[in-house]
Amino acid sequence: MDGVTQLQRQFVEHATSLYREGYLDDQFTQLQKLQDETNPDFVVEVVTLFFEDSEKLLNNLATALQQESVDYKQVDAYVHQFKGSSSSIGAQRVKNVCVVFRNYCDEKNLDGCVVCLQQAKNEYLLVRNKLEALFNLEQQILQAGGSVPMIV
Amino acid sequence: MATKNPTFSRPWRSGTDHFPDVHVLAVDDSIIDRKVIERLLKITSCKVTAVESGSRALQYLGLDQEKSSPDFVDVDLIITDYCMPGMTGYELLKKIKGSANFREVPVVIMSSENVVARIDRCLEEGAEDFIVKPVKLSDVKRLKDYMFGPATTIHEDNNKFNNINKQDKGSFNKRKLQQMSEISPSNSPSPSPPTTSPSPPTSASPSPPTSASPSPPRVSCLSSPSPPTSASTSPPRVSCLSSPSPLSPSASPSTPPFSPSQLDSPTMRLKVTNSDEA
Repeated sequence: MDGVTQLQRQFVEHATSLYREGYLDDQFTQLQKLQDETNPDFVVEVVTLFFEDSEKLLNNLATALQQESVDYKQVDAYVHQFKGSSSSIGAQRVKNVCVVFRNYCDEKNLDGCVVCLQQAKNEYLLVRNKLEALFNLEQQILQAGGSVPMIV
Repeated sequence: MATKNPTFSRPWRSGTDHFPDVHVLAVDDSIIDRKVIERLLKITSCKVTAVESGSRALQYLGLDQEKSSPDFVDVDLIITDYCMPGMTGYELLKKIKGSANFREVPVVIMSSENVVARIDRCLEEGAEDFIVKPVKLSDVKRLKDYMFGPATTIHEDNNKFNNINKQDKGSFNKRKLQQMSEISPSNSPSPSPPTTSPSPPTSASPSPPTSASPSPPRVSCLSSPSPPTSASTSPPRVSCLSSPSPLSPSASPSTPPFSPSQLDSPTMRLKVTNSDEA
């Protein structure tokens, strides 16, 4: 088995596991459809925006929850944003945590919120690492002159 | 964030075989969503101007000034997020519908929250459609299709669509759009099967979004060159589900004008309530 084929197999394995384990959902597939020769980096670009946005949001959330008097409306606004962006790129597990997080906001449950923030952060880091690995494999395949398999 | 210099208006429909570019103004506070919607629209051959807020949108349209500006911008569709800081999509919708220059421009609302009351409110205020986020390619294709004719993406070779639409589909579409808003849907909760639609009628099944369901050809309005009095179906007004279901076509042309609201659309209601939104 040559190098490219090996890489392609790894790519497929990795990608399918992301879907299987619920890190990614159909919306990520939708993004793939928007990528072509005229926009070959579309997915990476969107996901990069998501990473940047998420990190800001996580920081803002941490700060907001550390306040003397927590402004739950503000917290909810951040979570809403995070839920939206994760949903838009198909980061399903992050999105699911955000759903629970918003419920705690509604209840003004600080402990619940703090736990959710931690979970959101963990899920975010996980999906980020996995996506970076995926993009890495893509790059390697392309550099080796191969084509990136489509995952449907 | 793209900005564009205002251009003089063109005739909205050229009446030629070549379909004029559809110019869409997209409004969303999320940079990720703006990027995605912009790409979705460009892929369906639309020109896009994406702005980050309702106030920027009004600015772009020249509606933030006391006097209306002499050269107004040519926009064929406005698609806006509902939840935005400052001005919500709903407030933006009201301002647009309250303006002389842009009240005829269809406005589509996007929201991650599938709340019936919210949807109703928007439709009451004159929104053309309501899309539940995350927005998919099939949503945008369907939208463009029923508003402006079949969407040809830059990837697809849709010659068959081009062949069907040799007529002046532009003005036909607009008439059809107005006609659809005048048809009074039946009050029965179950959609009755269409009489002449080539698209398969589907029951309102709960539909988790799937990528596998293709956007079916919505040529029902266009394939019948006969006047709007024919019982061709109108496409669903809510695209939260990708499976289409025609509205009741049972209204006769003599039905008195009905409020443009699609509130009573049984199909829409069914779709909305069955839709699952986390």
